[in-house]
Amino acid sequence: MENFYLTIALSPLLGAIIAGFFGRTLGRTATHTITVLGVLVSTVLALMVFNYHVLEQGAIFNQNLYTWMQIGELNISVGFLVDNLTAVMLVVVSFVSLMVHIYTIGYMHDDKDYTKFFSYISLFTFSMFMLVMSNNFMQLFFGWEAVGLVSYLLIGFWHHKESAIEANLKAFLVNRVGDFGFLLGIGLVLAFSGSLDYAEVFSSLDNTLNQQLWGMDLITVICLLLFVGAMGKSAQVPLHVWLPGSMEGPTPISALIHAATMVTAGIFMVSRMSPMFEMSDVALTVVMIVGAITALFMGLLGIVQNDIKKVVAYSTLSQLGYMTVALGVSAYSVAIFHLMTHAFFKALLFLGAGSVIVAMHHQQDIRKMGGLRKKMPITYWTGLVGTLALIGFPGFSGFYSKDMIIEAVHFSNLPYADWVYYAVVAGVFITAFYSLRLFFLVFHGQSRVDPHTESHLHESPLSITIPLIMLAIPSAIIGYFTIEPMLFMGWLDNAITVTSSHLPMAGLRNEFHGATAMIFHAVQTVPFWMMIGGIATAWIFSIYRTQWADWVQKKFSIIDYVLQSLYGFDRFNEIVFVKGIKKLGNFLWKISDSALIDSIIVNGSAKFVGFIASIVRPIQTGYVYHYAFFMIFSLLIILTWTLFMGNNPLLVI
Amino acid sequence: MENSILSLLIWLPIFGGGLVILLGNERAVTARWVSLAISILVFVMSLSLWTGFDSSTHLMQFAEKSSWITYFNIYYHLGVDGISMPLIILTTFSTILVIAAGWEVIQKRPAHYMAAFLMMEGLIIGVFSSLDAILFYAFWEASLIPMLLIVGIWGGDNRVYAAIKFFLYTFLGSVFMLVSLIYMYNKSGSFSILDMHDLSLTVAEQAWIFWAFFMAFAVKVPMFPVHTWLPDAHVQAPTGGSVILAAIMLKMGGYGFFRFSLPITPDASLQFSGVMITLSLIAIVYIGFVALVQRDMKKLIAYSSISHMGFVTLGVFALFLAYNPNSPEGAFLGLEGAMVQMISHGFISAAMFLVVGVLYDRLHSREISTYGGVINTMPKFTGFAVLFAMANAGLPGTSGFVGEFMVILGAVQANIWYAVLAATTLIVGAAYTLWMVKRVFWGKITNPAVQTLNDINSREFSILAILTLAVLIMGLYPQPVIEVIHVSIDHLLHQALASKL
Repeated sequence: MENFYLTIALSPLLGAIIAGFFGRTLGRTATHTITVLGVLVSTVLALMVFNYHVLEQGAIFNQNLYTWMQIGELNISVGFLVDNLTAVMLVVVSFVSLMVHIYTIGYMHDDKDYTKFFSYISLFTFSMFMLVMSNNFMQLFFGWEAVGLVSYLLIGFWHHKESAIEANLKAFLVNRVGDFGFLLGIGLVLAFSGSLDYAEVFSSLDNTLNQQLWGMDLITVICLLLFVGAMGKSAQVPLHVWLPGSMEGPTPISALIHAATMVTAGIFMVSRMSPMFEMSDVALTVVMIVGAITALFMGLLGIVQNDIKKVVAYSTLSQLGYMTVALGVSAYSVAIFHLMTHAFFKALLFLGAGSVIVAMHHQQDIRKMGGLRKKMPITYWTGLVGTLALIGFPGFSGFYSKDMIIEAVHFSNLPYADWVYYAVVAGVFITAFYSLRLFFLVFHGQSRVDPHTESHLHESPLSITIPLIMLAIPSAIIGYFTIEPMLFMGWLDNAITVTSSHLPMAGLRNEFHGATAMIFHAVQTVPFWMMIGGIATAWIFSIYRTQWADWVQKKFSIIDYVLQSLYGFDRFNEIVFVKGIKKLGNFLWKISDSALIDSIIVNGSAKFVGFIASIVRPIQTGYVYHYAFFMIFSLLIILTWTLFMGNNPLLVI
Repeated sequence: MENSILSLLIWLPIFGGGLVILLGNERAVTARWVSLAISILVFVMSLSLWTGFDSSTHLMQFAEKSSWITYFNIYYHLGVDGISMPLIILTTFSTILVIAAGWEVIQKRPAHYMAAFLMMEGLIIGVFSSLDAILFYAFWEASLIPMLLIVGIWGGDNRVYAAIKFFLYTFLGSVFMLVSLIYMYNKSGSFSILDMHDLSLTVAEQAWIFWAFFMAFAVKVPMFPVHTWLPDAHVQAPTGGSVILAAIMLKMGGYGFFRFSLPITPDASLQFSGVMITLSLIAIVYIGFVALVQRDMKKLIAYSSISHMGFVTLGVFALFLAYNPNSPEGAFLGLEGAMVQMISHGFISAAMFLVVGVLYDRLHSREISTYGGVINTMPKFTGFAVLFAMANAGLPGTSGFVGEFMVILGAVQANIWYAVLAATTLIVGAAYTLWMVKRVFWGKITNPAVQTLNDINSREFSILAILTLAVLIMGLYPQPVIEVIHVSIDHLLHQALASKL
């Protein structure tokens, strides 16, 4: 199997290198063939790995490839840990990546940097594989930052757009804020365990007992710092600000990086570290609350957006919040379950949005769409599947994962879990509202498309529609088939630790009576009716009485203002961090560095020397009789002194 | 021959430089090729230090010793260990780059230019391989002269001010070092650096000597607050001068702390480690903010250098707090991280200055605002520039990550707050570097002059490609470097921890 793992990681890297260095020479067709093949190989092998580990319950693979550095006893290596969690991630990442590669052939068809784009997305796939297959913190951090690098390059892919290059700088820096915490967390892990290898760290967790730092348990501090890293990557409030901006990148990468895979790295990481998080209820509570805030408040922002990609982006933020809530209540496998279903349906929604954008000649304002249902049937129907999965319509994949999260919160015994429960239930209404609002405005109702575009409007080519169909299938059914084995039959048990005092998983198991039963049971639950309410509200405001939307907007203008200004996070960051730090930098540079240290102290000493010199210079006349006079005169004084003064004068007057 | 490899490495470039001067500026083409040939020859020879190196001992290798000034017991004594050997190879490596980089752009006295760099190479190798304090001091001061000339002759508009400032600043510092070296000679009768390591000194003596060394080394590193010569020198220096200054000369300061301060004054190092760490952290954080607001690319990179070198001194002086007898890895991470950071900074700062040089050669401006949208006319070059910028921001997979990672991990074990402050560089370092990248390389072309830029030629491509390889290899597989330095660092750690009182 070892060669399988290596090939999974390296074949997209090889594709990226070939596309990057020789893409222009090879031409477009050869480049996309090579990179698609590279990812196809990974996908096939990932499925085989999945089969071996998960279905046939193969042994965990944990082996180092090479020693990155050896310092005394400390060994830091590059190596792979492949267990069932990794296997699931491999399948999700490789499959979505494959779909996005194929989709790109159509979507980026007219771009002059076509081959470069393929190089980047293959490089991303490699980095993501390194991240999920890592068996130690160093390599995790490598993958973590490498995906950030590719994300940076891809958000700014259209580098002539000022908004794109501002967004990619912002994305990188906000992620670095997360990494700042992450790296300190890794440092503390090394400090207590003397190792960066997962297995060794997890086996020495007892070292942290009864140790305090900053007034908290050491393990709490470590988990919180690691979680700061997750907040950056997985865009949790307040480090979420980069994700909406990342929509400046081409749509395929919004689907791949900013919805399905990279942004879920934080969720993956916390699940991987479950033995540590399980030791700290404080950290888990923080995780849960941050997740709930993100789930609820970012969802609300989705309602007021009019850019088709921004709506989906805020939806992603909200769904990431749901996953984080699941982590907080110790339902790690549920988080991974939602990560998986979300990867499929959100990639589908983004790619569908991209299909619409291409058809609309890069018009992204949903107020200028409408009635596309007839013109784009495949995009319409796959979009419907994605939307139903997202809002958790019974039977669709998102239904299972989201319902399980809500139920898990219900069973949680952490403080504030009841509040979080209300937040995630309210979130169901909001999700249904913004999703169906988007869906109705784009596909139903009167066409508001301008006549010129209208005349060209047609379904997208096969390279775009095939991935849509391929993603629609798992979006619809994967929840039904995987909920039981993944959550209750121990698919992830060899990777995830849950202590017995955390009840949600046990509670879910007691209540679970099969995937089919869940569908019928759904109509008796609050979330179902919240969803129906959301759909109905969306229908009223976007189809039935569109003018009511304006009325509500005017009536509740304060709320509208708060939502339109995105709660002021961007303005706050702009004033405090961007402007404030520039002012600080200028102050330090001009006042402290240039004026105080350089002008006064350094050049001041030089001037002082010059000043002394200018005083003593006149004495140096160059005439011998002047010097002779000074010598004799001085001698006279010295002699007088020795004669009459001092402790033992020679002559006493 | 086998035993005189270090002498060859020192004197071949120095006499080679003399030969190039004799060739004269009129025969510029020949002078360039001869210089390049010598630099490559020296580099290849220096590799034999690596291949023949025994990494299982801390003892000095390739040692040479002969009497020089017998009356004062001064020897011509050379030798290298795991601390100096990588720095010598870094020197020979960088010299090739600067000679290739000055190929076309230096039209004023080209032979003298090349000769200055060759001679400086020899002198700096002398600094890193001297085991006699007076010999060390002679090389140390002599290496100032070529740099003074390089800045003063081939520099920018304000070159004389910068050259004199550079010279006085660094010269002033090293005089104090000379005094303390002579003091120790009076005490022990030997100028051998290794004898000084074993010389027993009182608390007061150590304190005086420590601060005298500090004057010499801190200026070179440079540490806050004696850093203000560096931005001026860099801005005025020609590209090659900046490269050598940043890649090699700053390392002389770091090397001094390794070779002199820690082993000769261990108790004072412990006593004043708090001050040193404070200054290092100021360099990392404060200078980071200063770098952020620079409008001149070279100044920005100069400040960034100061900030990165802060990791070197932090790693060195954090060892006392990070050390734990049961698991010395924390102290090792700091010390070896400091070494790795020096080498890596050699690559990255060289690359960054060469990148600016490429632009400066074309438009004769270092101002960030002159540029914008360079990617549109120079896509290949932008690829390199972004990679080096990422390395400067410490991206994993590049050498820039390794040293910072090690020092931060070590600092956590010394005091979590040191690590917190040092780790801010993750944010600030990325901010100043990538903001510059954004304003210079991305975006639309606003200045018509940028429209006329030609992408890098094959010579520039080769230089940047070699550096790219160096940065990536060291980032992906640092173990060979660690292996070479480990035993020497281990020995140094024991010296630093053994009280002389």
